[in-house]
Amino acid sequence: MAIHCVVEKIFYGSFLAVRDSNVPIQKGKITGFIGPSGCGKSTVLRSLNRMNDMINGFRLEGQVHFMGQDVYAKQVDPVIVRRFIGMVFQQPNPFSMSIYDNVAFGLRLNRYKGNLDEKVEYALRRAALWDEVKDKLKASGLSLSGGQQQRLCIARAVATEPTVLLMDEPCSALDPIATRRIEELMLELKEEYTIAMVTHNMQQATRVADITAFFAVDISKGGRTGYLVEMGETKQIFEAPQEQLTKEYIRGEFS
Amino acid sequence: MPLFSVLYMLIVKGGARLSTELFTELPPAGFEMGGGFGNAILGTLVMVGLASLVSIPIGILAAIYLAELSPMSKVASTTRFLAKVLTGFPSILAGVFVYAAVVLAMGSYSAIAGGISLAVLMLPTVILTAEEAMKMVPRKMKDAALGMGCTRTQMIWKVVLPTGLPGILTGVMLAVARVAGESAPLLFTALFSNYWLNSVREPTASLSILIYNFSSMPFENQIELAWAASLVLVLIVLVFNILSRLIGRPRT
Ligand SMILES: Nc1ncnc2c1ncn2[C@@H]1O[C@H](COP(=O)(O)OP(=O)(O)OP(=O)(O)O)[C@@H](O)[C@H]1O
Ligand SMILES: [Mg+2]
Repeated sequence: MAIHCVVEKIFYGSFLAVRDSNVPIQKGKITGFIGPSGCGKSTVLRSLNRMNDMINGFRLEGQVHFMGQDVYAKQVDPVIVRRFIGMVFQQPNPFSMSIYDNVAFGLRLNRYKGNLDEKVEYALRRAALWDEVKDKLKASGLSLSGGQQQRLCIARAVATEPTVLLMDEPCSALDPIATRRIEELMLELKEEYTIAMVTHNMQQATRVADITAFFAVDISKGGRTGYLVEMGETKQIFEAPQEQLTKEYIRGEFS
Repeated sequence: MPLFSVLYMLIVKGGARLSTELFTELPPAGFEMGGGFGNAILGTLVMVGLASLVSIPIGILAAIYLAELSPMSKVASTTRFLAKVLTGFPSILAGVFVYAAVVLAMGSYSAIAGGISLAVLMLPTVILTAEEAMKMVPRKMKDAALGMGCTRTQMIWKVVLPTGLPGILTGVMLAVARVAGESAPLLFTALFSNYWLNSVREPTASLSILIYNFSSMPFENQIELAWAASLVLVLIVLVFNILSRLIGRPRT
């Protein structure tokens, strides 16, 4: 188990956004989060590396166990957590600096002492971007196409060799061809990294996720609270869901 | 039309005297012929430099506070309000203020006092443009920095400032261009000198005051020099304006 996430409650201010969700992230696998909009997929994903800490009013009741620690324990520095659990966002977001500097960013941040050039090349190869950019490493990261930018962001994230990669709808801003490339890349990356990914695209979940977690929104009692309905092997979730809600959602999405 | 005639006069009358001795000689006295205003060019550059040295770091730190650290706070909105008021502040008042605060305390007119009065005029522009430039840095880039494991301070130094730098420099250049031609505040702070600058604690020459002095003199030579000095001043301001355009140009 790479991360064991036990959410009792997540609040934004007084708004209860997510409740009762036990989301184990298995090592070396891709875990996909699916569910309707607003069910808390991003909230849970971003809770795993404390990316929500910056949001005013965010509060988590529960634990996120990672490397034998609760990442929400008082003595844990969220900045360190993020160095072990990297993140790729929905919108490609390279820094406005050269391709090389983008990839070297995290290495420099961690005062990496080895050969920077080698590491940068390795990360770019890992992100299947090397051949396209090896002749223009000095060009701005922003000069690349959307799909290339997203692969650059993946290279930037893997350069520091985090243990886990979080991806929040990493393909939703990309065209189908760029999407396929990222999906292939994810399948390669899972040999070394544990990946948790949010997706809106059911086909994508079936193509890349080993494990799928289905979230839904509970609108009883006047709230809009997300919760985990069911989680299991992707095949099982899509072909033989245990819960009526999952069945309906998947039928609805595929028809 | 009037603008063009001024420009025309400037180029014709100022250009007529343009030569290297303008930059190397001291201003002539009374009926002397020839001469230049090298000391005034140097004085202007030194005082603008001092003003930049003071206003740029303070302005950028203030802008970081406004844009990143505490944008919604009472202190921030008060600072923003004051900066906006100060951008329209009559420059002569900055001179009077620095006269009271610095010249009287030091017991002498000086380049330091002149630089401070110009810094007072530059500061609001630097603060407001730098804040704007930092706010233009997209949220998603800041998230990327935090996601890489940056602390907030690291995010500001490694991502927000470098990304906003072209915009910040544009603001700085515009502020420099604005104060380089100021004469009113310098009258109360740096005064003038007919000699080369040898200490920043002494009265110091500047182009703007030289123009002001010479243009009202009854001597042909001095009036010609005033025209030439005007042209040089306009060129200096133009250079900073062009620099601000070049630096601020979006890069791909
Ligand atoms: N910063 C925030 N402040 C307040 N409420 C928020 C914030 N972010 C999300 N929420 C709320 O929390 C709930 C869950 O949002 P979240 O973004 O996690 O959903 P999601 O499943 O990722 O949705 P989508 O599929 O649209 O991305 C929503 O009701 C949303 O309005
Ligand atoms: Mg989301």
